[in-house]
Amino acid sequence: MNWITNYVRPRINSIFSRREVPENLWAKCDACGTMLFHREISDNLNVCSNCDHHMHITPRDRFTALFDGGVFNQVAVPEPVTDPLHFRDQKRYPDRLKAAQRTTGEKEAMLVATGEIGRMPIVAAAQDFSFMAGSMGMYVGNAIIAAAQEAVKLGRPLILFSAAGGARMQEGILSLMQMPRTTVAVQMLKEAGLPYIVVLTHPTTGGVTASYAMLGDVQIAEPNALICFAGPRVIEQTIREKLPEGFQRAEYLLEHGMLDRVTDRRKLREELIVLTRMLMKAPPATWGDLPAPGPDDAAAGTEPDAVKGAAKT
Amino acid sequence: MTHYLDFEKPLAEIEGKAEELRAMARGNDEMDVESEAAALDRKADAMLVDLYKKLTPWRKCQVARHPDRPHCRDYIEALFTEYTPLCGDRAFGDDAAVMGGLARLNDRPVVVIGHEKGNDTQSRIHRNFGMARPEGYRKAVRLMDMADRFGLPVVTLVDTPGAYPGKGAEERGQSEAIARATEKCLQIGVPLVSVIIGEGGSGGAVAFATANRVAMLEHSVYSVISPEGCASILWKDSDKMREAAEALRLTAQDLHKLGVADRVIPEPLGGAHRDAATAIAHVGETIAAMLADLDGLDPKALVKARREKFLHIGDKGLAA
Repeated sequence: MNWITNYVRPRINSIFSRREVPENLWAKCDACGTMLFHREISDNLNVCSNCDHHMHITPRDRFTALFDGGVFNQVAVPEPVTDPLHFRDQKRYPDRLKAAQRTTGEKEAMLVATGEIGRMPIVAAAQDFSFMAGSMGMYVGNAIIAAAQEAVKLGRPLILFSAAGGARMQEGILSLMQMPRTTVAVQMLKEAGLPYIVVLTHPTTGGVTASYAMLGDVQIAEPNALICFAGPRVIEQTIREKLPEGFQRAEYLLEHGMLDRVTDRRKLREELIVLTRMLMKAPPATWGDLPAPGPDDAAAGTEPDAVKGAAKT
Repeated sequence: MTHYLDFEKPLAEIEGKAEELRAMARGNDEMDVESEAAALDRKADAMLVDLYKKLTPWRKCQVARHPDRPHCRDYIEALFTEYTPLCGDRAFGDDAAVMGGLARLNDRPVVVIGHEKGNDTQSRIHRNFGMARPEGYRKAVRLMDMADRFGLPVVTLVDTPGAYPGKGAEERGQSEAIARATEKCLQIGVPLVSVIIGEGGSGGAVAFATANRVAMLEHSVYSVISPEGCASILWKDSDKMREAAEALRLTAQDLHKLGVADRVIPEPLGGAHRDAATAIAHVGETIAAMLADLDGLDPKALVKARREKFLHIGDKGLAA
């Protein structure tokens, strides 16, 4: 022991460890190129404070901002068979899955949760575009069915945030079969007389748009979201002409009668509270900074087991 | 003139030679070529058996798209009587890519709906190559509703490369129209049976094939994406369609294993186009058998059975 080990080495170590602050403190807006501080982005729900461009937001971040006090309970999704077709392109499908799990920290492309928004108990499902382009395979199908079943069991509305490049090719026909499967899920809600609200986020395309994402009682989209069946590139190749500016964007669909509303992400929570409360014939919400529901609230609610404890992270 | 697929080239040569020989002999009474031509015929037959014994998935796609393959119209004309086409979606227009109307199958009134690709340049353009627009799906929804009200079974014949990727189709809500058609398939309290007669292209096929029973012709295909599309996305090379077709498991045989197809209908040797009448008759028998399967089920049971079927598809994967 001498002053080198006792004093100098810790000092050196501390200098190096202090360097280990997050490197990506700043991010560039994909649309206007403005440099934004990471706190500024997350406080603004990943919307550019300069140009209002809506960047991707993970289901977990979205739920934290959506639910009262950021508290939600994750709903378990039945696990499907992994790689049912033993699919292999340039990579094996299980390797692609593992890589997506590593980069996102999530198990699959959809998160389902229960919680309260403005004291209205709801079930929410959100698709994760960062996980293999949010693509719809058997897991996503199971997640939507689980969400609908949970909503029916608890008598709550379902709010679904869609974001997907379409069906997951690596599951072949079984991904296509999620179109009828998720449609059955929507029918369960309709038969139980429960509201189903879809929030279409950028991008929502292909078999996802052509099934559960277009069957909502209320269809809301985030500004400038691409929403389509066939993507613009495919159409340009087919008809061999340039498509007009804004084609297949949220505002364009609103104009063509395909949506009820286009709503800024920062106003969505309020709007969803207002809508669900009216559809559920609940009195108007009391506005204010709502804390997480306490144990008393949960006990007083219709479903005592629904909202408890902290969010799982 | 017979249309040969690329892998049938050697066959084309032999059949061509036999034909040539016979043509020569027709102009000259003294030539006797029959024994030689018959030998070529035998060789061609053997080759046909060999080629079709085990078609690769990509070759099946080619057969499924064969221009001479019997199409929806041929089936309707041969299998149904009193076919009365009913047109329009009551909102925008009529879609010629979708045929549909009332007809009798063995005297029993039914609603029949299917994609029609057309069989020459003019009719192909008129039918938009079997790629339906929203009007087509909305017409189908209207016809299914009518079938439901009058308690008539619905028979759908699927043969489409996919829903039409066009500007107007998108503007008029292609995805919503497909979603509503699938939803309607799941709602109607009448028997719904479907046959994939050629190509089952993605969402455009699901919109008609969400049925109590789904049969596929032996060389038909049903897939989430075309092999060319899949290859260009996953392999970044659209020439890798053979590999993609292999990986996608889109053949009737694989789909039967996966529980997506309930029956596989055998085709005449060399594909349905080589003996359309036989292929059509097989399809007719299968439709009748599938409808008989559902006899006696009340509307609620039919809806329930259909939903349960789809909820459980894929439970076991290919291991099943």
